[in-house]
Amino acid sequence: MTTTATAAELSRRPVPPLGGFSFTVLKLEIRRLLRNRRTVIFALVTPSIFFLLFGLNAAYANESAGKGNVSAFILISMALYGSVLATTSGGAMISIERAQGWTRQLRLTPLSPLAYVVTKMLTSMVLGFVSVLAVYIVGFATHKPSMPGYLWIVTALCVWIGALVFAPFGLFLGYLLPTENVMQFMGFIMILLAFGGGLFVPLSQYPHALQVLAKFTPLYGVNQLVHWPLTGGAMDVWWVVNAVAWLAIFTVGAVWRFRKDTARV
Amino acid sequence: MTTTDPVLGPSPRAQSGSPPAVWLQDLSKNFGHVQAVRHVDLTIEQGEVVAFLGPNGAGKTSTIDMILGLSTPSGGEVSVLGMTPQQAIRRGLVSAVMQTGGLLKDLTVGETAQYTASLFAQSADVPAALRRAGIAEIADRRVGKCSGGEQQRLRFAMALLSDPELLILDEPTTGMDVEGRREFWGSIRHDADRGRTVLFATHYLEEADAYADRIVLIRKGEIVADGTSAQVKSLASGRTVRATLPGATDQALRAVPGADSIEIRGETVLIHSGDADKVARYLLTETSAHDLEITSRGLEEAFLALTGDDDTTGGNR
Repeated sequence: MTTTATAAELSRRPVPPLGGFSFTVLKLEIRRLLRNRRTVIFALVTPSIFFLLFGLNAAYANESAGKGNVSAFILISMALYGSVLATTSGGAMISIERAQGWTRQLRLTPLSPLAYVVTKMLTSMVLGFVSVLAVYIVGFATHKPSMPGYLWIVTALCVWIGALVFAPFGLFLGYLLPTENVMQFMGFIMILLAFGGGLFVPLSQYPHALQVLAKFTPLYGVNQLVHWPLTGGAMDVWWVVNAVAWLAIFTVGAVWRFRKDTARV
Repeated sequence: MTTTDPVLGPSPRAQSGSPPAVWLQDLSKNFGHVQAVRHVDLTIEQGEVVAFLGPNGAGKTSTIDMILGLSTPSGGEVSVLGMTPQQAIRRGLVSAVMQTGGLLKDLTVGETAQYTASLFAQSADVPAALRRAGIAEIADRRVGKCSGGEQQRLRFAMALLSDPELLILDEPTTGMDVEGRREFWGSIRHDADRGRTVLFATHYLEEADAYADRIVLIRKGEIVADGTSAQVKSLASGRTVRATLPGATDQALRAVPGADSIEIRGETVLIHSGDADKVARYLLTETSAHDLEITSRGLEEAFLALTGDDDTTGGNR
């Protein structure tokens, strides 16, 4: 037997900075996410296919929409749909990892719950970025969407950042739903919200009552905002109110569940 | 010392040299009306290999959860290496191999170890830890495709990564076959020889006997015996003399030569002893005892008696 450690020696052992946040973990998480076929189909393939289905229709694709055409408008919508799915999936992963006992295992390491959540959020932001990129590359390859060069970049960035509103939403659902099927459930909710926010069908085609209702759904504000660089015109304050309000609601919900989950019993 | 070092916990020995690896004082845990752990006092010194032996539901896991800081005691205090459990965990001083779960199926064995290692400020070499756990050759395999034994070895490798002073194993060989169990304990024992403190929970008496220097028997949330394997065995050996003895008092029976433990059930008395003949001779010659019966019990039975539900033995040690 070797000699025992004194109290001073023991307390000299270092505690990792930043609550144990590490780029190695971030790298592994991203690799893992891109290896997950279901996630890739959800966040990359589906929105690209939707664009090919809806964004190339000769009946309206080349009609004017602000500084570009309708095809470009739909491109932005589908990129938003994809990146929102991606950001939400980050939180959903937490649900799966809780079910597998991984979060409990992590409590036996220096990793703080906050650093864990931040890692998940960054991972899903990377996936969101790849999702936007995929849809834009597909769109570009079809030569249908038309808008000034700088708007390709500006709208892509707007979509990527706008999707962040849904990061706490995924987290909230992830902590709320103790199921391994959380991704399917989330995919379904996202389709409903996408219709509500006017991502799939222009809201002007809805009956009046539905149009009013749609303005209160979570994707409405973000959707209007990310299209604004293309459509131009006056910005409606309501868009910002909608986006900020939902961000606040989701964040409060996520923090509430997060606290409950990490509390020691 | 305490003024300059905020880390020092409530342990009495924290200020003088080496703090104990585990120090529990009057530790209790209640779940509603169920008392899972009742006023447990326990000190484990650094370098000891201790078995926490008891049947399922005895309170082993509840106690371990509190030592690891996974749950908060309802009463009493916990100190791990002179610190709170959280402080010890943040420094990688304590790690654990849990019974099930705690693995991501879609990561490979190597990735899981790499993931875990990167969370600590200091960590051992990943390939070396995999080799020591005997899973270096399956580093590229997905965790979901590993057998139960391989997954358990991975948990062991993960626990080694922070080079902990204290290693806790909660029923680590559940679901393993005999051979797998033997190999697994071989690795643990090999590791403990380097001076690491090991605390493991088990409900296999043979495991406790073969791999621990000290056995702590726990039943219904209380420690019922604590000693070396040999001491616990001697406690478990011996025979029980049963007799009818009206009007027997606790005091009178304690005077019976050779009696280790006694119990009175109405007119029946039960005396456990290492020398049953002596007890029997005394009872038949010096008292009015009759209907004498002498029964012996094996190790397994003794363990059951010590930890089982029926109170066939009185207080021990």
